[in-house]
Amino acid sequence: MSQTTLLLLWLVCGLITFAIRYSFIALEGHYRPPSWFIRWLPFVPIAALTALVTPELLLVAGQIDLGAGNPRFWAGLVAIAVAARWRNTLLTIASGFVALWLLNWLV
Amino acid sequence: MTPSSAFWLGVRALLPMLLGVAPFGVIYGVVALQSGIPPLAAFLMSSLVFAGSAQFLLAQLIGVGAPALLMVGAVGLINLRHALYSASVAPVLHALPRRWKLLLAYLLTDEAYAAAIPHLLAEPRSPQAHWILFGSGFALWFGWQLATLVGVLIGAQLPADLGLDFALPLTFIAIVVPLIDSRARLIAALVAGVVAVLLVPLPYKTGLFVAALAGLAAGAFMQGRGKP
Repeated sequence: MSQTTLLLLWLVCGLITFAIRYSFIALEGHYRPPSWFIRWLPFVPIAALTALVTPELLLVAGQIDLGAGNPRFWAGLVAIAVAARWRNTLLTIASGFVALWLLNWLV
Repeated sequence: MTPSSAFWLGVRALLPMLLGVAPFGVIYGVVALQSGIPPLAAFLMSSLVFAGSAQFLLAQLIGVGAPALLMVGAVGLINLRHALYSASVAPVLHALPRRWKLLLAYLLTDEAYAAAIPHLLAEPRSPQAHWILFGSGFALWFGWQLATLVGVLIGAQLPADLGLDFALPLTFIAIVVPLIDSRARLIAALVAGVVAVLLVPLPYKTGLFVAALAGLAAGAFMQGRGKP
């Protein structure tokens, strides 16, 4: 694809992303979404972000690997435990990286 | 609270997120160039699309030569979760002029929302509450532009064994785990995770969307059964 085509593609993707982000901000006061929709919404980021993360943690070259050959799985578990215990962003990310580097160095 | 103190409150709330976002931005730059995207277009995606996981996916799909229509659909689906953030902040922004609403909608990301929302909930009636969201949104925007620029310019020279691409899963773990405060939410996460792994062989990462929908349905079903 040429650079112009790519930029057009970015623009379309950006407009869609913006429309999603603007949706309820624009509608506020004009329209009330149905109550089931409001109840379902809190599950959206949980389901979407977990679907993005899990394959990164469990798979190595397309195969499930929960052994010593997959330090990301173990480092991810460390980060999950730290996040559950302390609910601290900085601590979670830092502990995950330190665990990954330690495991890479040890194994 | 003054506009300035509200703005800096938002900035400070976001800063820890940058530990994950900055390495991920650098890696995005590297992946985009490896996918054959020219440096300028790779950098401009960060302001035109401005959505980390979607940009990463888009760069990978360009790399495998996916059809344009599928790429647009994929970005739409992966960013659909932002509708939640939009619904959540809408009451706080209701009385603002449209230019503010447009600006804050553009800046509404996972990280900015997660950083600002506890403060917005604490001060829902403060006339300066939108400055908190602007502070978080702008800090993330600035950090993201800088990180992706670094990635495009010098990312290829960084040692690969630092595992910088691990930053995105870590950032999302930091956002998601504190959200899981009920059995229904835990089920939503578990189902989404298991289905995502099972459906990895599907082409163009379509399994991600099926997995997200399955998790959403499972969570809503559990909640509907009255087991919060």
